[in-house]
Amino acid sequence: MTAPLVLSLKALSKRFGSVIANDAVSLDLHRGEVLALLGENGAGKTTLMNMLFGHYMPDSGGIDLYDAAGNAHPLTLGHPQAALAAGIGMVHQHFALAENLTALDNIALGSEPLLSLRRDRARTRAKVESIMQRSGLTAPLDTPVGRLSVGERQRVEILKALYRDARILVLDEPTAVLTPQEADSLFHSIGAMTRDGLSVIFISHKLREVLAFSHRIAVLRHGVKVGEMATAEADDRAIARMMVGADTPTTPREPMQPGAPVLHLDKVTLTGTSARDRLQDVTLTVHAHEVLGIAGVSGNGQSALAGVISGLRAPDRGTISVAGTPIAHPDPRAMIRAGIGRIPEDRHHDGIVGAMSVAENMVIERLDEPGIQTNGLLNREAIAENARTLSKSYDVRGPGIDAAARLLSGGNIQKLILARVFEQDPNLILANQPTRGLDMGAAAEVGRRLLEARKRGAGVLLISEDLDEILSLADRIMVIHDGHLTEVTTRDREQIGLAMTGEPA
Amino acid sequence: MMDLLQILVSDSFWAASLRIATPLIFGVLGALLCEKSGVLNLGIEGIFAAGAMAGWMAVWLGAGLWGGVLVAALAGAFFGLIHAILTVPLGLSQHVSGLGVTLFATSVSYFIYRTALPNVTSPPRIEPFRALDIPLLSDLPFLGPVLFQQTALTWLALIMVALVWYVLNRTALGIAIQAVGDNPDSVDAQGLSVYGLRIGAVVAGSALMALGGAFLTMSAFDAFFFGMVNGRGWICIALVIFASWRPGKALLGALLFGAFDALQVRLQTEVGALVPGQVFLMAPYILSIIALVIAARKADYPRALLTPWFKGQR
Repeated sequence: MTAPLVLSLKALSKRFGSVIANDAVSLDLHRGEVLALLGENGAGKTTLMNMLFGHYMPDSGGIDLYDAAGNAHPLTLGHPQAALAAGIGMVHQHFALAENLTALDNIALGSEPLLSLRRDRARTRAKVESIMQRSGLTAPLDTPVGRLSVGERQRVEILKALYRDARILVLDEPTAVLTPQEADSLFHSIGAMTRDGLSVIFISHKLREVLAFSHRIAVLRHGVKVGEMATAEADDRAIARMMVGADTPTTPREPMQPGAPVLHLDKVTLTGTSARDRLQDVTLTVHAHEVLGIAGVSGNGQSALAGVISGLRAPDRGTISVAGTPIAHPDPRAMIRAGIGRIPEDRHHDGIVGAMSVAENMVIERLDEPGIQTNGLLNREAIAENARTLSKSYDVRGPGIDAAARLLSGGNIQKLILARVFEQDPNLILANQPTRGLDMGAAAEVGRRLLEARKRGAGVLLISEDLDEILSLADRIMVIHDGHLTEVTTRDREQIGLAMTGEPA
Repeated sequence: MMDLLQILVSDSFWAASLRIATPLIFGVLGALLCEKSGVLNLGIEGIFAAGAMAGWMAVWLGAGLWGGVLVAALAGAFFGLIHAILTVPLGLSQHVSGLGVTLFATSVSYFIYRTALPNVTSPPRIEPFRALDIPLLSDLPFLGPVLFQQTALTWLALIMVALVWYVLNRTALGIAIQAVGDNPDSVDAQGLSVYGLRIGAVVAGSALMALGGAFLTMSAFDAFFFGMVNGRGWICIALVIFASWRPGKALLGALLFGAFDALQVRLQTEVGALVPGQVFLMAPYILSIIALVIAARKADYPRALLTPWFKGQR
């Protein structure tokens, strides 16, 4: 790389209590370069970027920015305002947008004098429009952000940074919420902007896009930079090994003969006010020894589908049968009795009762069973014993079985839920975004458990936005778009991606 | 029936409606400003009392009427600041802090009043704001008595509606306040201060609320007495929802309540022999609840209302 340096992070360290989030991490960025920052969850990627942007104060180390003449200027640490002024823009995973305001107002926010009685909206608009033209990133400027699609919101976020004359753009998992097509178009825009001299750091744990779109790769593990290489010389197995510290045990999906149907939905319709809670004539069947993958961009009816199958939503039309028996009055109780195990989308909110202990959460779906209770009184010893056994076999780590479940990390909460579901030996497992937010190791563990249940004879309905996950785990694939479900026979990413946008595949 | 029609077309009815609505207009605007920034301010009932007492006492001690208005606003700002510090940087429950401020501000006002005047039985009077009586305009039929024979504080309230609307929708400050009430991260990410905006909005909103109290002692009446706020603050909290956080609709809501109240007084004298008076006293509140039920279903809540925000936690 012959381009001049624009940024160098020098031995940045940060601890949170006894946890070392970053240990003397150094990183250089050149003009016009796309640098991918790879690593598992908790490897310290976001912490590092938050120090760059001034959200966190580093314990030690420094940051230098270089001007056009190549002179180094130290960045004032711990002040987002200083980072903004120095031309650093950050797009967080959770968008920082006011949904009641238009895109234009969101972009202008903070760059106009607060106490002036007038705003020069015409000038703001002209500048934003010229940026849109140059970068190819477009978004409707006068619609409240709340009515924009996720992809449009992300473009507004990037426009916000460019409006502030960012020379360095940090993107935290930019493609997590996009369709493959949207992601590709985002990276093409990034390509166009880097030719104009913008430098980009993007955080990701999707190897495919990192290999396709970055110039250089840096890998973090446990807060330490463990590797750095030019993308052209990188190979995916080597990087994966670097990220997790060992080869990831990917369980191959052995071919299996599907058995009897365990779940059948017949023309289930749910009338809702928005696309996210609408289903139109959804028909699907999951057999024993089978994983059915539901691919789709978030907000296309996945939560409605999961709600119907877990009994939280009663369909307006259509029938649900479990193991051949129609469920007359679907409610959560009936669904659990019928043998449906649920891994909910929002594990913190719907998967556990955070204030209750780990042990209590492990038996929360079967409190009425003899053995767990006698004459209405809980059998505390049996509950504790159950928790000790499950914690060991599912490797649930945390402050102990009597600690509040909310104190566990995301990965361990998911293990708790897996333990609770799999121990019931369900006929059907409803797994809604089961690996979202988990690191590679924990995600692989979830996949392994799901395939194990399939081998044992359960049917699995896997709803996921991660196409790679669906391709690796599912026997059959259906795509959900705007409440409609269509089966796809292809395994081609492009084709499935098209179906996800509603185009006929 | 004829009587009702006669009431509805009479200028004195509409003049009374606007007069009764005036303290509510201040109160709703104040509550709206606080809530737009994401902070519910249940201190309003006590801040009304504090404004009523402080404004009246300043005049009684020799200040001019506008001096009294200023003192009332400062008293409101002071109690607003307490609420803001407790709920914004400290992130305490907005309900608990607000009710605490109401109890505290009410008691402090009564305490100061009692300490200053230990032995009076009838509250001392001040010379209140007079009707403006603008020449020519006040002689217009209907509009004259309704609009142009009100006191300066009523005019101030109407000006405030326009001012609050303009600031919220047409200035960078207002856009920032709306943003901080929807998603504080959006403001923080752009380098603005979440705490500064919220504290500022709560303090300014509380000063507005106190002007509603000041109207009671300095325009509607000419003295301070206990219990005179009489739930007006709580009505404002409901009216903000009715108004769906829009200043124009806030004015409408306050006028509607004022009209209900003016109507019940008149109906009482008309048919008071047939129906117990309490029914009429209840009427404005019942009608407000009905209006609220209809309006609140479509209300556009600030998304971050009641949610504290802490720096460095995303």
